Amino acid sequence: MSKKLNIKLPCSEANHVCDKSQYKESSIWEKVKLNIHLLYCKACREYSKQNSKLSFIITKSKVTCMDKKNKECLKNEFEKALKENKLK
Amino acid sequence: MTNHQLNPNKWIDLYADYLFNYTISRVNNRDIAQDLVQDTFLAALKSMKNFKGEANERTWLISILKRKIIDYYRKINSNKGKAEVRITSNNDSETDGDWLEERVADPFDKTAEDTMQNTELGEAIFKCLAKLPEKQAEIFRMKTIEGLETEDICKELNITASNLWVIIHRARTAMASCLKENWF
Repeated sequence: MSKKLNIKLPCSEANHVCDKSQYKESSIWEKVKLNIHLLYCKACREYSKQNSKLSFIITKSKVTCMDKKNKECLKNEFEKALKENKLK
Repeated sequence: MTNHQLNPNKWIDLYADYLFNYTISRVNNRDIAQDLVQDTFLAALKSMKNFKGEANERTWLISILKRKIIDYYRKINSNKGKAEVRITSNNDSETDGDWLEERVADPFDKTAEDTMQNTELGEAIFKCLAKLPEKQAEIFRMKTIEGLETEDICKELNITASNLWVIIHRARTAMASCLKENWF
C-alpha cells in the first residue's frame, strides 16, 4: 500500500457528500468518511442536521410541480392570450 | 406604501408551480388543478386593469385562484344537487344527516389538521424558493421536487455535475435558513 488511505475529509468535501446523500447519490465509502468527519467537526454536524431536516420537510410537505408538458401548454396558451390582450 | 406592478410575462415562470401546489392541496386532482391554474392566469390577464397595486402580484393571483376554487366546488355541488345524489356513506349517528356540501368542504376530516399543516408548509417552501436567484431555484426545483437525475439536469441546462452540486449547495443553505425563519 503505497498510497495512504485518505480518511480525513476537508469540510467543503464533507458538505458536498452530505448534499449528495440527501439525494442518495453518495457511495458507502463517502458516507463512512463523512460520518468520521462529523465526529470531530461541529460545523459540519450542524450543516448535516439542517440539511436532513430540509429534506425531511420537503418530503413531508408533498410539494409537487406542474408536469413539464402541461407547463409548456399553459405557457403557450397564456402567451396567445397575452398577445390578444395587447392587440385590443 | 409601495405601488405594486404587474408583469404578466413572468407570471408562469414565477407563480405557476406555486399556484399549482396551492390548488392541488385543495382539489386533490392534477388535471383539475391544471385547469384552475390556467383559468386563473387568463382571468388575471383580463382583469389587469382592475389591479389597484395595493397587494403584491402573488397575493393578487392567489385571491383570484381562491375564487376559482370556490366556483369549482360550487359547480360540482350544484351538479350533484340536480341529480339528487345524497351520499351518506357514514352511518354514525353523529354524522347522520350531514349534508354532502359539508363532506366536500372537508373530505379528510381525520387528517384535516395534518393536511392544513402540509399545505402551509408547501406554501412556505414555494415562498422561499421564489426568493432564490432564478437559476438556483430552477435547479433546486428540478432536483429536489421533481426528483430528476443529476445527469439529466446537467444535459438539459448544459452545466457540469460539479457546477450543479455547487448550486444545489447554495440553494439548500438558502432554503434552510429561509425556512428556519418561517417554519422550523
